[in-house]
Order: sequence, then C-alpha cells, then structure tokens
Amino acid sequence: MSVAQTNTRVALGLELLRSMIRIRSFEEAARSVHAKGEIPGVLHLSIGQEAMPAGVCANLRLTDTIASTHRGHGHCIAKGAGPAAMMAELFGRLDGTCRGKGGSMHIADFAVGMLGANGVVGGGIGIAVGAAQAARLLGDGRVSACFFGDGAVNRGPFLEGLNWARIYDLPVLFVCEDNGFAAFTRPTETTGGPGAPARARSIGIPTFEVDGNDAMAVHDAAAEALEQCRRGKGPAFLYALTYRIDGHTIADRTPYRSAEEVQLRRADDPIERLRATLAEQGVEAAALMRIAVEAEHEMQAAIAFARASPIPGVHEALSDVQDAGAPS
Amino acid sequence: MNEMTLIAATQAGLAEEMRRDTRVWCLGEDLARGGVFGQYAGFLEEFGPKRVVSTPISEAMIMSAGLGAALAGTRPVVEMRIADFTLCAMDELVNQVAKVRYMFGGQARAPMVIRMPHGLARFSAAQHSQSLEAWLVHIPGLVVLAPATAADCKGLMKAAIRSDDPVILFEPRSIWASTGEVPGGDDVTPIGVARIARRGDDVTLVSWSMTVPLALAAAESAAREGISVEVVDLRSLWPWDKEAVLASVARTRRAVIAHEAVKIAGFGAEIAATIGEELAGTLVAPVVRVGAPRIPVPYAPLLEDAYRVTSEKILAGLRQVARGRSAAHDDRSSATT
Ligand SMILES: Cc1ncc(C[n+]2csc(CCOP(=O)(O)OP(=O)(O)O)c2C)c(N)n1
Repeated sequence: MSVAQTNTRVALGLELLRSMIRIRSFEEAARSVHAKGEIPGVLHLSIGQEAMPAGVCANLRLTDTIASTHRGHGHCIAKGAGPAAMMAELFGRLDGTCRGKGGSMHIADFAVGMLGANGVVGGGIGIAVGAAQAARLLGDGRVSACFFGDGAVNRGPFLEGLNWARIYDLPVLFVCEDNGFAAFTRPTETTGGPGAPARARSIGIPTFEVDGNDAMAVHDAAAEALEQCRRGKGPAFLYALTYRIDGHTIADRTPYRSAEEVQLRRADDPIERLRATLAEQGVEAAALMRIAVEAEHEMQAAIAFARASPIPGVHEALSDVQDAGAPS
Repeated sequence: MNEMTLIAATQAGLAEEMRRDTRVWCLGEDLARGGVFGQYAGFLEEFGPKRVVSTPISEAMIMSAGLGAALAGTRPVVEMRIADFTLCAMDELVNQVAKVRYMFGGQARAPMVIRMPHGLARFSAAQHSQSLEAWLVHIPGLVVLAPATAADCKGLMKAAIRSDDPVILFEPRSIWASTGEVPGGDDVTPIGVARIARRGDDVTLVSWSMTVPLALAAAESAAREGISVEVVDLRSLWPWDKEAVLASVARTRRAVIAHEAVKIAGFGAEIAATIGEELAGTLVAPVVRVGAPRIPVPYAPLLEDAYRVTSEKILAGLRQVARGRSAAHDDRSSATT
C-alpha cells in the first residue's frame, strides 16, 4: 500500500470507529436512563454488533434508503440520524424523531433515508425492496439497504423479497446480521440446511460472507456489493456473523447461555479490534480517546435534550392517523 | 355522459390518473396479461413494464413493495387479485401500511390504492368469495371505499389515487359487467359522501357495493306494496357519511342495512349502533340488518343461495320495519298538527 492509500484507510478506519463508538455510547446512555425509569418502553440493544451498521452505512449516501429492525438504533445513527431526537423518541417526547409515537421499535428518520425500525421480524425487507423499485421507476440512482437478523430468514418475506429483487434486478443490498440468537433461541435450532447465504445464492443473488466484527471487512464487502447495485446489476446479499452481547431485550437476563460464552465473545469486541488496528497504524492514543469522549458528551447532551423536551399533549394521540376520516 | 360497464369505468379512471401523474404505477399478478379480469387490458402497451409491473404470486411482497415505493416517492396501485388473497398480506397491510404515518409521527405518508375485487362470484366457494370490509374499516389509518355504479367505480378510483392516505378499494366484481352512466371530464367522486340512489319516505335502506342493485330492486318491489324506500348507497365505508344516513333515518324513522358480508359484526352493526346512539327515541321500529349467515361460503348452488343476500331477503327486512307503518304515520301526523 502506498502512503496515500494507507492514509485513506486510516481515515476510513477513524470514520468507522467514530460511527461504532457513537452507536455504543448511545446504547449505553439509553440503558442507563432506562435503568432510572426514564424510558417507558422496551429496548433492544445492539452492543457488540456495531460493525455492521457502521460498515454498511459508510457506503450509503444521504438520499439512499435503509429499512431496519426492532434492534435499530445503530442503523439509525450510522445512517445519520441525530442522537438527541432519537433519545427524545425513546423518552416518548415531542421532539422525538416520531414525536413520541413510535418509541425504540419504530424509530425512523426519513430526512436521512432511514425508513423505520420495524416491530415485525422481516417487516423491513419488502419496504427496502419497494424503495429500490421506486428508485428504479423514478430513475434517481438511489439504492437501498435492508438490515435483518438471522431470525427473519425463516419468514416468508425473506423468500418473497429476495426473489422479487432478483427478477426485477433492483438496487438493494440485503444485510443479514447473524448475532447468534433469535430472541432466546439459536439459529442452528430453527434454520434448516446451510442457512441464509446458501438461500440467497440459490436465488441467484451475489452473496458476500464476512466477519461481522471486523468493521473494515464489512465496509469493503458492502462497498463491493453496493457498487454492483449502483451499476445496475441488481441485488446483493451480505451475511455476517457477530454476537449479541446484551440480552434480547433489556429485561432479558439470558439464562440460556453461559457467562463464559459471553466473556469469550466480549474479547472479540469490534470497537476494540479496530482501535487496536488503528493504534498499530500509528494513530495516537489521544486521538482515539478523543472520539470516545466526544461521543460520551454527545450522548449526555442527547439525554439532557430528551429530558427537557415536552411531553406530548393528549390531543397528539389523535393526530397523524389519516386525512379522510381522521378521529375527532 | 357515457354508458359503460363498471369494469371499463374502473379502467378509464386508472388510465386517466396514470396519464395525469407519472408517479402512479400499478403492480400485481398477471398485469402484463391485462389482469385476471381484463381490467388492465392495454396498460402494459401504453405505460410500459416499469409502471405496469407483473409480479410473482407474492401477496405480502406486492403489498410491501407498494409501501416501500410509496415511502420513496411514488403512488402505487396495488392489485390483490381478489380480496381473499389480501389475507396473505395482512401483516404488511395492517401492521405496516396503515400505521407508518402515525407511528413515525407524521414523517411518512403511504399514498397507495389497494384494489380488492370482493364477494360472491359464480360458485367460487369459501376462499374466493368473501366480503371482508368490516375487518379493514376497523383498522385506523385506512380509507375504505366500496362503489356500486360505473360513475363511482371511476370517480372513486380517481379519488383514491389522489388521496395521500392508503385507500382500500373494494370492487363489486359480480356486477362489473353491468353498465351505467359515467359523466365526462375529470369526474372525481368525493370520499366520505353517500349517494341517495332512490328517494323515499317510509324506510331508509343503507347499502353499498354489489348489494346496491339488490337494494334498489327490493325498494321497487316494496313500492308496489305501498312502502316508500329511500336507498342510500354509502360508497365510502370509512369515512362513512353519517350525516346523510342520520338525516334520512331521522325523516323515515326506520332503517334497514343490507350487505353481502356475514351479518354478525359486519359493518351494518356499526351503522345500526350509530343510528341507535343518535336516534333511539325517534325510531318507530328496531333497525333491521340483512347479511349473510355466519358460515364459510359454500360451493353448491343451492347452498350458496343460503349464504347469498337477495332482493327478496332485503324486501323481507323492509316489510318487517314497515309493519307498524300506519301507526307511525298517525303519530307523525299528530306531531305535526
Ligand atoms: C413476526 C414476528 N414474530 C415474532 C416477533 C417477536 N420477536 C421480536 S424480535 C425476535 C427475535 C428476532 O431475531 P433476529 O431476527 O435474529 O433478530 P435479533 O433479535 O437477533 O436482532 C422475535 C421472535 C416479532 N417481533 N415479529
């Protein structure tokens, strides 16, 4: 690698590191205020899985679209949503991205092309595919990416969505985040045959398999896959193994797995891995430290913003239902 | 005015909107072959394969591709083939389409039309004959339309496409081949406004979709028995024209509601309850509902008849509420003198 190339890789590494650290900080901040009873609903945290949203979304433009899952905070942040409005949404406040009507499971920010988390497993697949179809129809060059977990590959929309994207050659990247669990169950117990990548290949979709805790590898695979989408070659599929460090929800104490297993997996932290690589490449410790400190400040400010944001008035319950036949 | 079949009127409405707005496109099974009932004949040739998308048999995906494309700036017309197959896309419709605007706090709209030919059709049995409008009226976020005439098949198609809400268009396929007058020009039927299909003074008969012609026939028979029936064609089920129905019933003080769907928890129940809430003291007879028994639609013709709402069954309902007629007329006249 030339010096220039090395510098670009280091700059990219820093960008991905910042993205992952911001996601981690957001999740930890959300957990801390949830513990204080300030967040009314349930949270699905993505700690340990940050390399996926960071690596994929670094290849997306603001106008490109993504569809996400119940575990969607990371996708939201990586796509460019502001943590303050996101935190306010978790609090159920008026300044939330969804004016307090969606909460964690329906967090969305259309201004940055984030078409919504989804409370239904597999529910985002068709939406991302449809957004790609709109891009094709409008000829605006947008691509879309669709995040889903290993649990979604056994639902009908997985087959229907992949087949659909293939027959119309739509510019959509399917991103399967296999975090080792679907709720309390391991995918090996519920998924027949050789699994998601083989299913994608059987439909004729170019499929990339990558270490989901290696942000640079995720980035590079997504770059290649999305390049194909942008060149009109149709859909691509990215499959990555990662690990869900926390419980399924914030209340899940994970009695179905051992503490040793979690300890072992913690040692393979995607953030620490990239930090170490960057340090080896000569990035100063202070610079790395600064990213973490800035993220911490940003999330504290987000919490303060959420706390100060007004609680929606009861009349808000009746707004934004529909135009014709709206409730009165 | 033009005389045309209901299906042709539907087709004209869609084609005119597609010419007017290039963001409007349609997707569904067999559309490249003109659609299963021929209601897309010529569309592929005129609008091309990007706007007339012939899809796999993937109802969930048809619905959610429509949604994703609506969220990304287009105005899809989603063809479900028949209403029964919508059940394969119910999560997409009820959990996603109907709720995106609300749960995302108004950031998003789903301007889409979901076409559902519904109801009985020549011995098609339990999975190809249902009328499920009550299910969907129950879902916040959806507009539900059920035209009965050529003019409204066209006019409500146009209104549905122009609406920013997700609109369910229940289409009366058993009477699609019948004809009616269609006004020329940009003839949009307003959403939420009923049509008085026949004027009358003794009984208000509320109906919609393919049951309207049966209601009119029943009203005609009733007239020969001296019962003057006002037929209200609801056209929109959500929002429904409460004012028009209540104004009519306030005058006639008797109401019959007739629909092809199963009577139990059918949409007639909502109308009857509303009449009860608003006009209880003024009614001279209990409201009568005419609907199908709560059975799956059977196949054999005689059995299907047991399910089918007919003009005779509606007439029986009219007679039932009209029974106390002379007494009612007496106290109405005494009230006015
Ligand atoms: C259709 C549907 N079925 C069940 C659920 C309940 N549920 C929520 S998340 C989840 C597990 C999903 O696993 P996976 O797709 O692997 O995502 P992960 O939670 O691991 O991120 C389940 C069963 C749901 N939300 N939607």
